[in-house]
Amino acid sequence: MVFRRFVEIGRVVLVNYGKDRGKLGVIVDVVDHNRALVDGPLTGLARQTINWKSLTLTPFKVKIQHSSRTGVVRKAWEEAKITEQWQNTAWYKKLCARRNKQKLGDFDRFKVMIAKKRKSAMIHSQWKRLKSQQQ
Amino acid sequence: MKGWLHQYSIVGRKIPTEEEPEPPTYRLKIFAPNQVNAKSRFWYFLRKLKRVKKSSGEILNISEVFERKPTQVKNYGIWIRYKSRSDTINMYREYRDVTITGAVEQMYKDMSGRHRARWSSIWVLKAMPVAAKDCRRPKITQFHDSKIKFALPHQCPRASKRKYQTPFKAKRPTTIVQ
Repeated sequence: MVFRRFVEIGRVVLVNYGKDRGKLGVIVDVVDHNRALVDGPLTGLARQTINWKSLTLTPFKVKIQHSSRTGVVRKAWEEAKITEQWQNTAWYKKLCARRNKQKLGDFDRFKVMIAKKRKSAMIHSQWKRLKSQQQ
Repeated sequence: MKGWLHQYSIVGRKIPTEEEPEPPTYRLKIFAPNQVNAKSRFWYFLRKLKRVKKSSGEILNISEVFERKPTQVKNYGIWIRYKSRSDTINMYREYRDVTITGAVEQMYKDMSGRHRARWSSIWVLKAMPVAAKDCRRPKITQFHDSKIKFALPHQCPRASKRKYQTPFKAKRPTTIVQ
């Protein structure tokens, strides 16, 4: 099978556009070929219809029936431990790192630059030492 | 998604006179972008149906009708009559949405795209939710599957905000997410 992530009832999705960007939700119902009804009771995502264009499918799924209520979605989410699973992914960590980087001020960026320089100098000196030992 | 249409319930009648002290009152449900336009559409439709005009009539009440369950997907049937370039045509169309105003908005966009029919040449005769078993159009019934499953084979990566969008990219994007 080529595809592993499908649009399904209960598929966990990440919103990647608009004011809810970065929030996770669950597909509760498929409205039409453009949109899905998405609910994220534990992530602050209000129940609404969202276009596929601003959604990314994640590998996670919760067990719900179509057009389940918010309370049912919350329970299924907690049972499947989606929040914990999501926070263990490299994807989430990358998003966090990117967010942290955006928060940095001018002086913080300067400090990062200095630290990077120091790190590469250490690596370089070690590498030189090892090289001389080999000879 | 915030739409541009609202549903109004408007009640009006002829102004009472000595000959007719208690004229019949009429209520219409109108889809319009605002109350001013809704009142105008009310008189437009009412004078086609009954011998009542705005100049001799009054509006008793205008109130917006809100969706009872705006978080549940429903099928809507919309009966319309529209003026094409050559003829007047009656039509029945179906849409899936969470609100009736959303479905009517979809209808206006669809009619403009498929039949080049504008707002001014479309009359909404009736719009109501339709049970899944009564739906007729395969475009709608294809989503009547509690175990629906399909892939999204072509996803274009989007900049997080509109201001970050660029017309040209250095790299060809990956459009397939497995």
